[in-house]
Amino acid sequence: MAVERRLPTPEAAELLELARELAEKELRPRAAEGERSAAFPRDVFRTIGRAGLLGLPYPERYGGGGQPYEVYLQVVEELAGEWLTVGLGLSVHTLACFPVAEFGTEEQRAELLPGMLGGESLGAYCLSEAHSGSDAAALSTRAEAVAPGAGPDAAGGYRVRGAKSWITHGGVADFYTLFARTGEPGSGAGGISCFHVPASAAGLAADPPEHKMGLNASPTAVVRFDDVAVPAGARIGAEGRGFTVALAALDSGRLGIAAGAVGVAQAALDLAVEHARQRRQFGRPIGEFQGVSFLLADMATQVAAARELYLAAARLRDAGRPFGTRAAMAKLFATDTAMRVTTDAVQVLGGSGYTADLPAERLMREAKVLQIVEGTNQIQRLVIGRDLLRQG
Amino acid sequence: MNIVVLVKQVPDTATERKLRPEDNTLDRAASDGVINELDEYAIEEALLLKEKHGGEVTVLSMGPDQATDSIRKALSMGADKAVHLNDDALHGSDALQTAYALSKALGTLEFDVVVLGSESTDARTGVVGAALAEYLGLPQLTLAGKVDIEGRSIRIQRQTDYGHDVVEAELPAVVSVVEKINEPRYPSFKLIMQAKKKPVQKLTAAEAGIDVAKVGLNSAATEVVDAAAAPPRATGTVIKDEGDGGLKAAEFLAAKKFI
Ligand SMILES: Cc1cc2nc3c(=O)[nH]c(=O)nc-3n(C[C@H](O)[C@H](O)[C@H](O)COP(=O)(O)OP(=O)(O)OC[C@H]3O[C@@H](n4cnc5c(N)ncnc54)[C@H](O)[C@@H]3O)c2cc1C
Ligand SMILES: Cc1cc2nc3c(=O)[nH]c(=O)nc-3n(C[C@H](O)[C@H](O)[C@H](O)COP(=O)(O)OP(=O)(O)OC[C@H]3O[C@@H](n4cnc5c(N)ncnc54)[C@H](O)[C@@H]3O)c2cc1C
Repeated sequence: MAVERRLPTPEAAELLELARELAEKELRPRAAEGERSAAFPRDVFRTIGRAGLLGLPYPERYGGGGQPYEVYLQVVEELAGEWLTVGLGLSVHTLACFPVAEFGTEEQRAELLPGMLGGESLGAYCLSEAHSGSDAAALSTRAEAVAPGAGPDAAGGYRVRGAKSWITHGGVADFYTLFARTGEPGSGAGGISCFHVPASAAGLAADPPEHKMGLNASPTAVVRFDDVAVPAGARIGAEGRGFTVALAALDSGRLGIAAGAVGVAQAALDLAVEHARQRRQFGRPIGEFQGVSFLLADMATQVAAARELYLAAARLRDAGRPFGTRAAMAKLFATDTAMRVTTDAVQVLGGSGYTADLPAERLMREAKVLQIVEGTNQIQRLVIGRDLLRQG
Repeated sequence: MNIVVLVKQVPDTATERKLRPEDNTLDRAASDGVINELDEYAIEEALLLKEKHGGEVTVLSMGPDQATDSIRKALSMGADKAVHLNDDALHGSDALQTAYALSKALGTLEFDVVVLGSESTDARTGVVGAALAEYLGLPQLTLAGKVDIEGRSIRIQRQTDYGHDVVEAELPAVVSVVEKINEPRYPSFKLIMQAKKKPVQKLTAAEAGIDVAKVGLNSAATEVVDAAAAPPRATGTVIKDEGDGGLKAAEFLAAKKFI
């Protein structure tokens, strides 16, 4: 069912129409088989990239689409509902571009962004490590400064050693936005710096992708940095400021996860409603049983509320106001909603919901990961709670 | 190389299509207007020709105000500019009159090649290309599955049921295309933004030099007097699988002499 959207401009409406068309023609026919075979659909990212979707919320002068988050996120929602691998991939790519766009020098932006946003290139965001997930500031990948003259460029640079875990697009990305420790071991949040590393860097390699419960066409892999030389000019932001960059990126990234979750939930709701109309038991459509229609009503209400919550956070962001707490609420509520709604959708579909013939069970498996990535929902509650207690 | 691509707005085949009861012309308010599917292939071919030979792609569409949406879409796929022939006098024109009107509008443009779809999804007469070439006195290269231009010579593969013919002509020429020819691109968001600034020239019948006595419902050579929906498909035979579903299906097919 097409979602009624209020969009700020006519071109945003055309953009959403384009996103819908791409979702229906390029994603829908391939999602089920793509997930079964766990093959990353690089060509689909090329197609959406050429359509201009891989740089939407960044300035036009760097090759972006110049769109507010309010609009960009609805594109993520549309794509995620047909195929989360693509919708989430778009969100992760956009996240990976954030540090250069927001914290890069003018020179770095001019040099790097046109390629990153141009549609042919795909990014990965490397923060998590095997021993530092929620406690990301405890990361131990080292970026050791090399004396000027001795490093990869005349200005010195860094040698990176370590491994990043559960990296989306690990092994298929064209560039890696890396967070590594430039301070001494144990230097905490203040000892982390951010780097832009091209996939071609010598010593960078990804393990085979993890076997997962869902989202299987999206590779999640350990990315190893084995003495990778990184020039000083590839550091994004000041030395030691990397953790601030990482958290700022995640504030925005979480909105992408929230939007993706709404897409998944909406898709599950649509399936459930359609089934409740068609399926007859005891001589009538099952939707006529209050036990089913009340369930559908609750699902629809939660999906609508989740959408409004991420849009409210996005509009704060677009207006230049603080939005981090609202983004955490949107991520928490939208992803919990997606889990509940997809589970209920499988219930409404009964036996057919549990089979892989229909996408309901896939949506349910996909929903789960959204409660974990870019800060587990416990971490979102921690962010929200902290903010509450800081006020007043 | 100046390329003109003809774009007809038609009702979305995915929605319910209706005729207006008063004159049996298309009820455009009843369904969303979209670009005639084959015209998307024509646009793609025009863009490919431009990419190869340089020049400009001009969209020409005849239709009421709402055809603007389809013109915009063609521009957001990459066409450079558009001419919109729009006049109440043209309402109800049949295929021949449409071809006449389009030939007049083309007379206001400079072009080396005109590309169009081989048929529309609404009226499907499939004659506009041929009639247009007649009116213009130009070679017609119809049902093209492949187009090559070298210098002033154009060569196409005309798709036939048994293969293809190779047809050659001198430019300028009129080329109608079939689905096999290419894979139409999606618009890009950047081009959508740029399309807003691309020129769309409005053309009235008088400005195009069209004799209004020769166009429109009243002087049309053909008249649509009635239309009926295809009868709904008869309910099929339902085979319930009680362990012998495969066998029953085979028996059914054998009875109908399919196997
Ligand atoms: C498919 C997938 C893709 C991913 N993509 C990326 C990526 O592209 N880049 C990247 O950097 N990372 C990525 N991740 C990693 C993801 O961000 C982490 O898995 C997540 O942050 C949680 O870290 P963890 O797995 O180490 O869990 P842990 O931090 O070990 O948490 C385990 C459990 O303890 C809870 N917990 C931890 N601390 C607290 C606390 N203080 N209070 C209450 N509860 C707590 C958690 O909520 C969780 O339930 C991805 C993960 C997956 C599954
Ligand atoms: C239900 C119905 C039945 C009709 N039956 C007849 C009939 O039997 N005889 C008849 O003469 N008319 C008929 N018409 C009228 C016909 O729709 C119009 O004359 C139409 O403009 C041209 O015919 P076509 O769409 O069949 O063209 P086709 O020859 O099928 O179209 C080929 C190509 O011509 C180009 N083209 C066509 N129209 C335009 C346009 N307005 N602007 C730009 N490019 C265009 C497009 O590139 C298109 O792909 C009918 C209309 C309807 C709605």
